[in-house]
Amino acid sequence: MSSATEVAEVRYVDALNQGMADALAEDERVVLMGIDVGAGGGIFTVTRGLYERFGPDRVLDTPISEMGYVGAAVGAAMTGLRPIVEIMFMDFVGVCLDPILNQASKLRYMTAGAFEIPVVFRTQTGAGRSAGAQHSQSLEAMFAHIPGLKVVIPATVTDAHDLMVESVRDPNPVLFVENRRLYGMRGDLDVDPLPLGRARIAREGDDVTVLTWGQMLRECLKAADIAEVSLEVVDLRSLVPLDRETLIASARKTGHLLIVHEAVRDFGPGAELAASIGEELYDELLAPVRRLAAPPVPMPFSPELEKTLLPSAEKIAAAAVALRAES
Amino acid sequence: MGTSAATSETLTASAGPVSLPELYERMTLIRAFESKVGELYRANEIPGFVHTSLGQEAVAAGVCAALRDDDYMATSHRGHGHCLAKGADVDGMMAELFAKGSGLCHGKGGSMHVADPARGILGANAIVGATVPLAVGAGLSSKLRKQGRVAVAFFGEGAVNQGAFHEALNLAAIWSLPVLLVCENNLYSEFSDSRRMSRVPSPAERASGYGVGAVKVDGNDVAVVYEAALAAVATCRKGDGPALVEAETYRWQGHYEGDSQPYKPDDEAEAWRGRDPLLVARKRLAGHEEELDAMDARAREQAEQAVERALAAAPPDPEEAYAHVFSD
Repeated sequence: MSSATEVAEVRYVDALNQGMADALAEDERVVLMGIDVGAGGGIFTVTRGLYERFGPDRVLDTPISEMGYVGAAVGAAMTGLRPIVEIMFMDFVGVCLDPILNQASKLRYMTAGAFEIPVVFRTQTGAGRSAGAQHSQSLEAMFAHIPGLKVVIPATVTDAHDLMVESVRDPNPVLFVENRRLYGMRGDLDVDPLPLGRARIAREGDDVTVLTWGQMLRECLKAADIAEVSLEVVDLRSLVPLDRETLIASARKTGHLLIVHEAVRDFGPGAELAASIGEELYDELLAPVRRLAAPPVPMPFSPELEKTLLPSAEKIAAAAVALRAES
Repeated sequence: MGTSAATSETLTASAGPVSLPELYERMTLIRAFESKVGELYRANEIPGFVHTSLGQEAVAAGVCAALRDDDYMATSHRGHGHCLAKGADVDGMMAELFAKGSGLCHGKGGSMHVADPARGILGANAIVGATVPLAVGAGLSSKLRKQGRVAVAFFGEGAVNQGAFHEALNLAAIWSLPVLLVCENNLYSEFSDSRRMSRVPSPAERASGYGVGAVKVDGNDVAVVYEAALAAVATCRKGDGPALVEAETYRWQGHYEGDSQPYKPDDEAEAWRGRDPLLVARKRLAGHEEELDAMDARAREQAEQAVERALAAAPPDPEEAYAHVFSD
């Protein structure tokens, strides 16, 4: 049954689930591994029903041993399987970085292409739920900094499904970052489908280009509704590969670039984007590239303190207005 | 922990499909290859780091002789011997160490990253302990795809103190994977006496904590290693894996080539040289000296020829620096 016709409007979490189900159904080499992804259905129900449908040889519950099972997923990917392996919270990469940093992203290069490493490291992040400093980090810059690893961040229901399917089909290691604050978001499948590696113009506008991804897309779209200037909102969809063409065309059009992300600002993903687009458009931009992001402090537990640190629609709108006024 | 069934009494020169002279031949090739590599590294002909396994040849030769061509093998930074014993091309390996375009990895891997998938060689790996999860993943592939292939991980006793070893061993155990873990206990974790690094004297003892059968064998006797590996591989092949073999051996050279080893007691190395795995095998093969001498000469010739070819080969094309980051 086609995923598109089954449900008119689905939640982001269902779209992820359907993406994994489609990937598992399409290729018997695909397996899903992780803590509680099987019989338990996943702590956020993302994998619910997959164990029952595909069985224990395709959907494998693992011990709480990220270094062991993430490393094993890489070994399995080298030898003919196509694992989707879950790291329950992005913060937990601290206990299993080696298989991602030194193995998956290096083995193809070091062996001059002898191996393909088709593995998807599924994880989720999302501050704003009082999860504290060890369960709230957006660490995508760390991974985008590693050559040989793709970094995919779906912000819409359509992308939750489509980017999952494409990431599993991709012959390279992919870090796939979900945002748990989006899990309950409703939307339609097959809305403006785009291939992995292309950015999407989520809202057309004239005055300021707002570059974002993940959960911050929603805030930026809300900002576009309330701002006193016209915002063009670009959803990056993946940091690696980076769709420079779309970003540069939009920034060139508006002459103003604001980068918004939930990750910490200092040495964050916005720094690289600002530098590289700034280099390209030095004499075309009408004002300096600006960034709006979390300041360099750990994410606190208190909901009020979290709000203080995170970008919001109001802050984004104000930053866009201020940027427009600089020219 | 079990004990090895292999003793000198139960073995003959042709205990299995691979004969003892053939095992000797594999060892002497490793010896010749690494002796040459050490010499040329000291002469600044080889860039990077080089870690030799001189004195440990029996483990590589004995274990790999028990494997099928399509079995998987992953090894550590000290992996020349394992790769050669698993059938890696000698010229391609030497050229790789010399960073030449004709190397197995086009000069992009080097000594610590030699790989050859056609031979089931998942590669040497420069992160201590990392090969254990990789081999467990290969074992998972084999099991789920019903291929009957066994995955072997070689590592030293130093790696047994890495979390990766414990997590992966447990995973292999709960999933009954066809994974053979071979711990070469050469007594030194880099510069440090391994007996000071754990209260448990034998890595094999660790396996019992995970419900995994293990044997400890004389790692300098290739016949003993081979027989233990045959039994462990059979266990894995029939679905009763994983298994662990601890091979007691000794690292003649330093942690890396150039390490002057001030941390070793004076008489220790000499005592172990008396247990040279080639001499141990020669004792078993009394009467075959002429044949073995000819093997030694052939191995030296093969290594020298590989060096000549590597020296004559061109460096990688500059474009190679950008290739293979991603697969299309």
